Amino acid sequence: MWWKNKKGISTLVLILCVGLISALAVGQVYDRSETLYVSGAAWGPASTWNPFQPGNLANTTGTLGLVYETLFNYDPLTNTMIPWLAESGAWVTDSSYEVTLRNGLTWSDGTPLTAEDVAFTMNLAKEYDALWFAPMWNYVLSVISIGDYVVRFDFTDAPLYQEFDNNLYNIPIVPKHIWETKTEEDITIGANANPIGSGAYLYDTHASDRNVWLRNDSWWAIDALGLTPAPKRIVDIRFSSNNVALGSVIKGEVDLSNNFLPGVAGLSDQGIVSTYYKGAPYMLSANTAVLFLNTTIAPMDDAAFRKALAYAINVDDIVNIAYAKLVAAASPTGLLPSLSDFADQDVVAQLGWSYDPAMAKQILADAGYVDVDGDGYVEAPDGSAIALEVTCPSGWTDWMAAIAVISDSCKAAGINLEDVTPDYGAWNTQMQTGTFNMTLNNWAAMSNTPWTLYNLLFRHPIQAQMQSGNFGRYDSQELFDLVDALAAIQTTDIAGMKAACSEIQKVMLAEVPMIPLWYNGMWAQFSTSTWTNWPLDGANTPSRLPTTWSGYWQLGGLMMLCELELAE
Amino acid sequence: MRRYFSRKLLIYLITFFLAVTIDWLIPRLMPGDPIQNMLSRAALNANAAETMHTYYTHAFQLDLPVWQQYLSFWNALFHGDLGISTYLFPTPVAKVIKDAVPYDIFLLLPSILLSWWAGNKFGAFAARTKRLDNTVLPIAYLLTATPYMWLGILLAWVFGIILGWFPIAGAYSFTMGTQLTWVFVGSVLKHWFLPFASLFLVGFGGWAIGMRNMIIYELEADYSHYLEALGAPRRLIRRYAFRNAILPQLSGLALQLGVIVAGALVTEVVFSYPGIGYLILSAIQNQDYFLVQGCFLFIIIGVLLANFLIDIAYVIVDPRTRKGMVGE
Repeated sequence: MWWKNKKGISTLVLILCVGLISALAVGQVYDRSETLYVSGAAWGPASTWNPFQPGNLANTTGTLGLVYETLFNYDPLTNTMIPWLAESGAWVTDSSYEVTLRNGLTWSDGTPLTAEDVAFTMNLAKEYDALWFAPMWNYVLSVISIGDYVVRFDFTDAPLYQEFDNNLYNIPIVPKHIWETKTEEDITIGANANPIGSGAYLYDTHASDRNVWLRNDSWWAIDALGLTPAPKRIVDIRFSSNNVALGSVIKGEVDLSNNFLPGVAGLSDQGIVSTYYKGAPYMLSANTAVLFLNTTIAPMDDAAFRKALAYAINVDDIVNIAYAKLVAAASPTGLLPSLSDFADQDVVAQLGWSYDPAMAKQILADAGYVDVDGDGYVEAPDGSAIALEVTCPSGWTDWMAAIAVISDSCKAAGINLEDVTPDYGAWNTQMQTGTFNMTLNNWAAMSNTPWTLYNLLFRHPIQAQMQSGNFGRYDSQELFDLVDALAAIQTTDIAGMKAACSEIQKVMLAEVPMIPLWYNGMWAQFSTSTWTNWPLDGANTPSRLPTTWSGYWQLGGLMMLCELELAE
Repeated sequence: MRRYFSRKLLIYLITFFLAVTIDWLIPRLMPGDPIQNMLSRAALNANAAETMHTYYTHAFQLDLPVWQQYLSFWNALFHGDLGISTYLFPTPVAKVIKDAVPYDIFLLLPSILLSWWAGNKFGAFAARTKRLDNTVLPIAYLLTATPYMWLGILLAWVFGIILGWFPIAGAYSFTMGTQLTWVFVGSVLKHWFLPFASLFLVGFGGWAIGMRNMIIYELEADYSHYLEALGAPRRLIRRYAFRNAILPQLSGLALQLGVIVAGALVTEVVFSYPGIGYLILSAIQNQDYFLVQGCFLFIIIGVLLANFLIDIAYVIVDPRTRKGMVGE
């Protein structure tokens, strides 16, 4: 028998090996000059391509913006709405809005994209409360398509214009011919594998540590707008540690990293990586880190104490030490630089604050906070001891360093404040149930309207669980009315918006319900070894958000792709 | 024999029941609300948050009384349903684990088995060999005392960055998709090598030292001296010593093989290597009850299975066990 002798076996092994060798082709690797490598958007393995699932979309960042598109795009740097799927949009009356779509829009399967798709998408939220934009239907009466190109929104007599404009560049339009047969569960929570959209890229493949997007060469905007994204492929990589991300961008293996990497300031100065600004703060500002104060607990229920805190915190140390100059100090109004037009500088000059420990001590003393027992920390006016905690999630190293600074500078001013870092879950629960003293939060995304920030800061009504804002439960009907008034102002009425914001700021800066501290950066460090013409500050350079974060492609990320050039 | 195994089996079944119950209970004792954590990442429009919270709490059956949740957990388990992950919503837990575990097996099985085999061989060889005992074994001590992370970073730095021989991240190159080609196979092996090496080296040191100490102990045993007195050759004595010394090492191996699906958390983080270790950490941080439960369920099954196999192996390699069974 042939298998009984060694020769037979080795012959068999040889045959198997040869068979295996010939079965495996040589293989294909992505052409470096056609591929853009990015990282920093995803924090976990890809799990959903459902554009209505904002929670996990960061892990497949291209789903919203590259695959599915919105009616408008928005450019925060110039504060303009850019017609996208829509050619134009206008308020026909105070309670009726009409969108006209572009001609020649198509889905990536070749089907035309029409007004019916838009109306269908909007009506999904009327039917299913679980979709995030369902609250729009509190003030929308109907959305209908008129012909192939016109969509009309009819409103109640009290539309929230500010939120509606925000929705125009955030609601992804989905194809009716595919989604109309889906069940409720598929629409609201389904994973939507192999997504069919209208955008510049198509889903190519994914693994637990990467997502790959392939350019859609029949994208409507190539003809209509003359835009072509430069990279044929985008490989979005998830690194599990920062040092790997940093190493990869230094070596030029990753072109754009949107991770927060401590120490980038020095690397940028030496020209090893590039950043949007040449000097501090190096990064564009993306959102405001706000110190929420639990106003249901003494002494944070006392405006004087809160104001003393605002003076006591050394924001410069947070910027220079905790962040090594990668962020900028925030305006007391909390409004991002892109919305600084809405910050009333007179109010800021009159009521604003800056780091001044002497002033903090003075305010405390005047309000009756004195060190009675001589331990170096003040006691409350009624003589009871003050021992407070400031929190952030464990493992968020930049915030951990920041609350250490907050604790140190408050102690220096005589306020006994310890920094504590619970697990993310515990932190989140404390925040939403109001069982914290002070905590950091930055959940207001970059926006076309200051209302987005105020909706986070002054979320109302006050409930047992505050899930998405006003964690400190600051209860002021006056302020709530002002925020509601702002929400109902037309976004074209800039003067009216400014006046409303000014009123809000007067109360906010006098009462200090919470303390805006610094602007978290739109972390972006890029390598110019393969791709150039990155967004940079200055004339004759592209001014875009250099980001791949989910929800930011339509805020400039996509334009960045179209403007990239291959390095010589 | 049958009595021995049926008794063992009963013990394993009870252990399984208790372990799975604890596995179900522990995540629920964590402070916090998994649905809130899932939704808070969404940066939702505020009005929608409450509606969605109610919706998902119901969908995950977290609004039911605790005892009902426990019963439906067992019911689902017997139907092979491990639930849906909240951290990686809406992926079923079974799929998350299925996607990650092959990487762990591919990385850990060779490193554990090879380090066990090589470490034991080397330890036995080095014991009572003066020169080796004095030169190589200190290195083994150093290796086994080295934290995985430190060794991993060191390897990545020397071989990945300075020499540039090996990549430092991922399970295969970021320049290709999965494909059945030579380039891909080569890439997989290249990415596998450094994490494998870091695990192998630390494991090797531990096994070598353990074996060396065992052998010395066995060589001092009465039977060794007796054989020596009879004039048996040194090789023969050492072989007997090795057979006895391998038994505790075998139990150690069972424990290591059992937790194989738990992955090697630190190594996976350092090399950005996909696997279940990093997933477990994320699942705990995000209070993903279902993923935590699922991962630990596999660890429980793994440990029990490995122990069962070693029980069988013991019957084969240790005659005393067989004697004991006959004596019953």
